Amino acid sequence: MTAATTSHTATPRTGDLLYTEIEDDLRSSVRSLLDKRSSWDAVLARTESADTTDRELWRTLAGEVGCAALAVPEDLGGAGASWREVAVVAEELGRAVAPVPFLGSAGIAAALLLALGERELLAELASGELVVALAVPFGTVPGERPVTVELREGRLSGTVLGVADAAAAHVLLVPVGDALYAVGSKANGLARHEIVSLDMTRPLVDLVLDGTDARLIAQGPQVHDAVTDALRIGAVLLASEQLGLAERCLDMTVEYLLVRRQFGRVLGSFQALKHRLADLWVLITQARAVARYAAECAATGSPDLPVAAALAQAHCSVVVQQAAEECIQMHGGIGFTWEHPAHLFLKRAKSTAIALGTAERHRAALAGLVGIPGAQR
Amino acid sequence: MTSTATAPGSSGSLDADGLAARVQALLDDHDPATTDRIDFLRTRFDAGLAWVHYPEGLGGLGADPGLQPEVDVALAAAGAPDNRPHTNIIGLGMAAPSILRFGTPDQQRRWLRPLWTGEEIWCQLFSEPGAGSDLANVATSARPDGDGWVVNGQKVWTSLAHDATWAILVARTDPALPKHRGLTFFVCDMSAPGVDVRPLRQITGESEFNEVYLDDVRIPDDQRLGEVGQGWAVTQNTLMNERVAIGGGTIPRESGAIGELVKAWREHPERRTAGLHDQVLRFWVEAEAGRLTAERLGQQQAAGLPGPEGSGAKLTHARLNQQVSALELDLLGDEALRYGDYSARRPVLVAHADSPAGWRYLRAKGNSIEGGTSEIMRNIIAERVLGLPPEARADKDTPWKELPR
Ligand SMILES: Cc1cc2nc3c(=O)[nH]c(=O)nc-3n(C[C@H](O)[C@H](O)[C@H](O)COP(=O)(O)OP(=O)(O)OC[C@H]3O[C@@H](n4cnc5c(N)ncnc54)[C@H](O)[C@@H]3O)c2cc1C
Repeated sequence: MTAATTSHTATPRTGDLLYTEIEDDLRSSVRSLLDKRSSWDAVLARTESADTTDRELWRTLAGEVGCAALAVPEDLGGAGASWREVAVVAEELGRAVAPVPFLGSAGIAAALLLALGERELLAELASGELVVALAVPFGTVPGERPVTVELREGRLSGTVLGVADAAAAHVLLVPVGDALYAVGSKANGLARHEIVSLDMTRPLVDLVLDGTDARLIAQGPQVHDAVTDALRIGAVLLASEQLGLAERCLDMTVEYLLVRRQFGRVLGSFQALKHRLADLWVLITQARAVARYAAECAATGSPDLPVAAALAQAHCSVVVQQAAEECIQMHGGIGFTWEHPAHLFLKRAKSTAIALGTAERHRAALAGLVGIPGAQR
Repeated sequence: MTSTATAPGSSGSLDADGLAARVQALLDDHDPATTDRIDFLRTRFDAGLAWVHYPEGLGGLGADPGLQPEVDVALAAAGAPDNRPHTNIIGLGMAAPSILRFGTPDQQRRWLRPLWTGEEIWCQLFSEPGAGSDLANVATSARPDGDGWVVNGQKVWTSLAHDATWAILVARTDPALPKHRGLTFFVCDMSAPGVDVRPLRQITGESEFNEVYLDDVRIPDDQRLGEVGQGWAVTQNTLMNERVAIGGGTIPRESGAIGELVKAWREHPERRTAGLHDQVLRFWVEAEAGRLTAERLGQQQAAGLPGPEGSGAKLTHARLNQQVSALELDLLGDEALRYGDYSARRPVLVAHADSPAGWRYLRAKGNSIEGGTSEIMRNIIAERVLGLPPEARADKDTPWKELPR
C-alpha cells in the first residue's frame, strides 16, 4: 500500500483505539453482574412479563456500578468519566441484550442535558433515581427534525410514535419547534401505549399528549443542535452495543460448532462453515476499530465526530445483522426456536440497524460530510 | 505500555522526545539537501533511526515500535530521502524480521544495512510448481557438501528475482522426515552460478515475477538461517510478518484504491449515477473500517499485545482492492475499455496511484493469491483465532519421500 492520496478530507488523529485498564475493569464488573442477573432465559422471561424493563437490574447497574453517572461531571454527582467508558458498558449490555434504559437515559438524555446545561435533572439522572428519555421516534437520524408535537396555550399536544426507553422513563424530554420541554410521566393529559416492538428486549412506546403540562427547559436554535449532538452520541453508543451483540453471536456459534456433530465429525471442522466464521470475525474486528474510534471522538470532542458516528452506524449496523443471521443459520433447527436465544439476538440486531437511522441513511450523511456528492441526473 | 525492545540497557526507556532529539541531531549533521541519498540513508541507519525498535547497531535503538511513524514523518517533512519501501517489500517486510530473529550477529551485520537502505533488493524463493498453498511440500533439495550445500530445484512466481541481490530460500534437507520437519532456511546469492531467472508474463502483460531454476547452486553454510531442519519455523515467522506487512500500518484516509475511486467520482460529475453512489459510499465505509482496523493492529503491536489480525487485514485488503478497482472501471465507462500497454515488459515501479485504472484492476487480482490465498487466510483465522478443528492432514506424519506426487 502506498501513501499517495488525494486527501479530500485530511486524516484526523486517530487517538487511542485500545481499551484502557480502567475500561477492562469496568467491563468485567458489568459482565459478571449481567451473567448473574441477566442470563438469556431471564431476559426472555422478562419480555413476556407485565413489566418489560428490568428495573431491579437497572437499580443495581446505576446505583452500585455507577453506570448512569459515567459521563456526568463530578460536580453534579457524576463519575466524570467519558463516553469511552459509557461505550464499554454499552458493549456489555448489547452482549447480554439486557432490558434496561441505559442507551436512552445514561446516553442520549444525559448528552442532551449536558449540552443544554440542565444541572438538576442531570444530577438525578446520574444517581439512577430518575430515568429520562428523549421523546423522538427511535428511528430518528441525527439532524432530522421530527415535528409532531405543538404548543397550545402553554400545553403540549400531539403524538410521538415508537419512543425507546420511554416505558421506564420518569421524565420525557419533548422537542417542540425550537424549544425543549420536560414532561413528567404522571402528567395530566399524557398517555403511554407500549407497543409490541420487533426487539422484545427494548420496549417502545407511543406517546399521546393531549393538553399536557410541561416545563420549558431551553429555547432557541441551540436546542436543535443539542438534540442532534445527543442523537449522535446515541449512534456512537449504539455502535458499541452492536459490537457487543455481534461478538456474543460469534462466540455462541463457535461454541456450538465445537460440540455439535453431524456426518461423524464436529461441524466446526467443515471448511464451508469455518470460512464463514472467519469472515465474520474479520468484520467484527473492524466493527471494534470503528466503534472505538467513534467513542474516542465522542470522548475528546473531535471535529471528526460526525464522520466517526455515521461511519460507525454505517458499518456496525451491517455487521451485527450478519452476525445474528449467521448465528441462527449455523445453529440449524434449534436456532429457529423460541427456546434458543438466537431470536432475541436477531430481533435486537435488526432493530438496532434501523434505530437512529439505517446504514443507508448514515452513508447518505457521509456523502455530505466527506464530499462524495450524489448523481446529478 | 510495554516495550518489545531487545537491546539491553538504556534503550527501552527511549521516548518520543528522545527520538525527536536524535532526529534533529541527524538533520543538523547531515542536511538532506546537500547529502548524497545513500550516504544519508546509511547515516540514518547507523543513528538507529531506520527501524527504531531494532537493537542498537542494527538500525534501531530498542525503542517502542509505535514511535517509528513519528520518526518517518519528521524526516520526510525535512525533505530527507526515503528508502523506497515498495521496491523492497520482501526485504523489509519478510527477510529482515527473519534475519533479526534467527540470524547470527555476523549475518545481521552483513545483511540488514544494505537491505534497509535499498542498496540490496531481496526476493523470496518459496513457491514451487508443486508447493503453493502447501508450502511445506517443497521439493527443491539442499544436499550437504563440504562447508556448504548444493541446491537443485525449480521455484516459481518469484517477484523481483531479476532485481534481487539476495533471496530467502526454503529447501528440503531431509526427504526421509515428514514434510514439515525436513526443511532448512537459507539465504541465496542471486548471482551465484546455477541460478537462472526466467521472466513469467502475467495478467497485466508485464513480468513482475519469474521462474527460478536452481542447478547445482552452492550455498555456504554461513548463509543458513536457523538450525538444519528448522526451516518451517523460520518460514512461518516470515509468512506472519508478510501478512502484517501487507495488511497493517498507518495510512491516510482515502489512500490506495478507495482514494482513486473517490477522485474519479469527484472529477467526473457527468458519470455519476444514483446506483453507483451508494456503492461508492459503501466502499468508502469499508475502506475506512479497514484503515482503522490496521491502525488498531499497529497500536496493539506497539503495546506488545500480539494480535492475529494480520491475516484479517490481508484478507480485507485483497477483497476491497479488487472490488473497488472493478467499480472504478464501471465508473470510467468507455475510457476503461482502453488498456494502454499489454506489451511484454519488466514492471516499472511507480506508486499504484500513478498507474492506469485498468492495470490496477488486473493487478489487484493477485492480492488474494500472493502471500497466501484468501482461503488460506480464512483457515488460519478459523483455526488459530477461533480454535476450530484443523483441516484433515493425512500427509502430516508420513516421510516426505513416500508422499504421492
Ligand atoms: C503476484 C504474485 C506474486 C507472488 N510472489 C511470490 C514470491 O515472490 N515468492 C514466492 O515464493 N511466491 C510468490 N507468489 C506465489 C504465491 O505465494 C502462491 O501463488 C500462493 O501461495 C498460492 O499457491 P498456488 O499458486 O500453488 O495455488 P494453489 O495452492 O494450487 O491453490 C489453488 C486454489 O486452491 C485453493 N486452496 C489451496 N489449498 C486450499 C485449502 N487447504 N483449503 C481451501 N482452498 C485451498 C487456493 O486458495 C486457490 O484458490 C506470488 C503469487 C502472485 C500471484
